[in-house]
Amino acid sequence: MDHGTVIEATKAVVTLDVALPGIIWGWMITLNMWAKSIGTGVILVGAFLLYRHKKEEMPNLRWMMPLISFIFLNIFLLFTLLDLHQPLRMVNIFLHPHWTSAITVGAWMASLFTALITLMTAIGFLDAHPDVARHSGMAKAIRKMSGFYETIFPFVVFLALPVTMYTAIIMAEASARELWAAPAELIQMLLAAFMVGSASLILVSGKWTAEARKDLAFVLALSVFFSFLMYMGEYFFSFKAAEVEATLAYVHENGSYHLQFWSAMVLGYIIPFFIAMGSMREESRVLMKFAALTTLIGLYLAKSTWLEIPQMIPLS
Amino acid sequence: MKLGFLVDLNLCMGCKGCEIACKVENEVPLSSWRLRVKYIDVGTFPDTSRNFTPLRCNHCENAPCERICPVSALHYLDNGIVNIDNERCIGCAGCMMACPYGAIYMDPETNTADKCTYCAHRIEGGLMPACVVACPVEANIFGDVEDETSHISRYIMEHQGNVQVRKPEKHTNPKHYYVGGGNNTLNPLAHERIEGYGLFNNITHLKHMGDPHHSILERFTTPIFGGHNDHLKNESFVDMPNDDASHKEGGHH
Repeated sequence: MDHGTVIEATKAVVTLDVALPGIIWGWMITLNMWAKSIGTGVILVGAFLLYRHKKEEMPNLRWMMPLISFIFLNIFLLFTLLDLHQPLRMVNIFLHPHWTSAITVGAWMASLFTALITLMTAIGFLDAHPDVARHSGMAKAIRKMSGFYETIFPFVVFLALPVTMYTAIIMAEASARELWAAPAELIQMLLAAFMVGSASLILVSGKWTAEARKDLAFVLALSVFFSFLMYMGEYFFSFKAAEVEATLAYVHENGSYHLQFWSAMVLGYIIPFFIAMGSMREESRVLMKFAALTTLIGLYLAKSTWLEIPQMIPLS
Repeated sequence: MKLGFLVDLNLCMGCKGCEIACKVENEVPLSSWRLRVKYIDVGTFPDTSRNFTPLRCNHCENAPCERICPVSALHYLDNGIVNIDNERCIGCAGCMMACPYGAIYMDPETNTADKCTYCAHRIEGGLMPACVVACPVEANIFGDVEDETSHISRYIMEHQGNVQVRKPEKHTNPKHYYVGGGNNTLNPLAHERIEGYGLFNNITHLKHMGDPHHSILERFTTPIFGGHNDHLKNESFVDMPNDDASHKEGGHH
């Protein structure tokens, strides 16, 4: 027994209880959210770039954007499935959907989104690589549908918004965890998509025009700035709700997630912000790629921290 | 009919009879509980007291677990019980994240969520829940809260002003009431767990969710080819630290 521990006279002490649950949603859900942010983010940022620039200025965007999205959406779906304790029953979401659950609504939307992205990836890739599968009947059929890419793109962009944000509603429905409030999480999810969407496209923007890359830097700087601002608002000023305050103690000084949280803030937000701001004045491709990588790492750490700390508090 | 529970904490003596009865009746596996009795000490020597708080599912009228369940495995019965269908559950643990009372666990034998059902199977047969029958001091009172002549309704009327629910600010409308409770006993943030102050156990944390012996691959294969749980032991689930490091709630170590 630690006889040096001082217990306040008004404080009660638990003297007999069962084992506390550990982390319920762990690294797989973090990876799930992170991958989904990339999968939807590249579409949102890609749409912004196509609105601002001619597609000739970004020669590989038409196939690279859906391809990145396709890869990360599949990572997201794979880890969603693997995290289930009864993965074969995933089909129940489609056979017995419960529409008040954001998990259900999200699963349906994400499935539709992934199907459309798969089609766009196939069309975009085969159009960009005319020598690939020239004699394949399926490839010919897909190439004939080339115009369909532009037809469905606006709908895909529209769908990317709820697909990226529905996890915030799942977190809001997790009533036990007060840290996750719907308004803040919705905006954070959206900003996260713009952060890693721009970061991912920075890594493949080598042959783009300087103006297009400047816009990428602008999106990155703006999204990390506002996301960082929201984290700081929660970090310093969430003292109204007792449970939120107790949760944030894990990231405050001496908290067990303090180092991870600030590593996330430095890597994912502070470094990319200053590099992106600098790159808008005088471009440095190497530094921008470095910023893109730190953004991707930093967002993962931030998501992991924010997912796990509310699970550390005993609920009963 | 709306079935509810009331625990008179002034009567409860912490014998854990209800806890054991629940374990036996529902065959609750190792590392899991549907009903537990928590001991909480208050005050400074020599003016100290020990409080006992039985904790179980609150069968909320506005249940967050029911709302978040993607496949309606958690559902309401006509009598107000929040029931669970293990055959439909996909094991997403959304309900565990949503329940503000930490009353849901992942059954390590079935790899599905489970919880107190107010012994729905016994009620269907006209019996009382096992914990009610086992209580030697009748601290557990169970019945129809919409029937003003029922024992529980009369008890609530007789103790007006002293009847509480846990976390009313969550707007879950629990159908589980406490008489004689206070902030120290009902609010988990009002008390601390400090290593070395436990009666018979250290502060322990579950190492696993669900069956620790089933790998991710086995989660896919077991439903098809079957599996076994013969090797499940207490040590498989619970992390038992031996150091004296104090563990305080709220993040600071």
